Amino acid sequence: MHRVHTDRLCVPFHPIKCGGNEAKCEGKSELIPTIKFRHCCLLRNQRCVAAYLYDRLLRIRALRWEYGSVLPANIRFHMCAEELEWFNQYKKSLATFMRSLGGDEGLDITQDMKPPKSLYIEVRCLKDHGEFEIDDGTVILLKKNSQHFLPRWKCEQLIRQGVLEHVIS
Amino acid sequence: MDTQSYMPVPPGVGLEENFFSLDDILLSHQRLPCRTENAFPRLGFLEKSSETPDILEGTKMEMPLWLAKGLYERKRRVLSVDLPKMYREGWRTVFGADPNVVDLHKMGPYFYGLGSQLLHFDSPENPEIAQAILQTYIGRFRRTMDSSQNAYNEDTSALVERLDFLERTLFREGKSVQRKW
Repeated sequence: MHRVHTDRLCVPFHPIKCGGNEAKCEGKSELIPTIKFRHCCLLRNQRCVAAYLYDRLLRIRALRWEYGSVLPANIRFHMCAEELEWFNQYKKSLATFMRSLGGDEGLDITQDMKPPKSLYIEVRCLKDHGEFEIDDGTVILLKKNSQHFLPRWKCEQLIRQGVLEHVIS
Repeated sequence: MDTQSYMPVPPGVGLEENFFSLDDILLSHQRLPCRTENAFPRLGFLEKSSETPDILEGTKMEMPLWLAKGLYERKRRVLSVDLPKMYREGWRTVFGADPNVVDLHKMGPYFYGLGSQLLHFDSPENPEIAQAILQTYIGRFRRTMDSSQNAYNEDTSALVERLDFLERTLFREGKSVQRKW
């Protein structure tokens, strides 16, 4: 779940009422400290908002690596239109980059993020995920608590999403 | 989000803050005791103890770090910042004697961060403050690293309680690396 820690972010609210009076202060240099004070507050608000939005983008970027190129609907629900657009652009850039590696076919670098120890792994299903097709055409029913012996590269996404669990005996 | 793909902006080192760092934003929210050298007209509503419409010259206030940094000018016309008590002579000798004894979390959870930022305010004690912070860190570093590497699967809340924010980050990193290993 895309958890944005909004409780960490404190955007101070300063009801500075002297904004409207600035227009009257031509020549009144004693108001300058007050204006400077207000300016600091505005800069602070700007910094908080900018950092919040930037942090959201960093988390959205991490989503591409954790969940893959299709985001679940409940996460998409929390993103604004510009963020969705940013995500699409990022996906495209990443795909272009991956295609340019490793000869004709390209290389999927979002797989095998840790060096694998074997081709096939034993996995246990943590929740019902329905049917799952592997490369040779066989369809496997992923039901809670069932165990399977599957190729590593097919399972990796599901392990990261928490659907499967790698069983180390 | 504690996956390896999420890389938040780290806090700045030394005198610099990172603009986008959430940790630095929280750090700069800490308050410092200050005294105004100038009057601030029409801002009296911020100073709850007095009834005046303006903040008068010589008012003692607590200001957050970001405000103090923004208003401070070297020519010293606007603001003067007093040192919080843990950066003063008395506490500095305590740190010099035995840094491991002190509960740095209670001394303000951002002891090192705030101390580094204090150096912006041109106090005559700056070199001593800088030295004290450095020596405290050196003195406590060994124990923090040691305990983070050897406390596998144990309840470390008692150890972590007395650490400041920077040390806690170090501790967490040490623990997570050890877990992966």
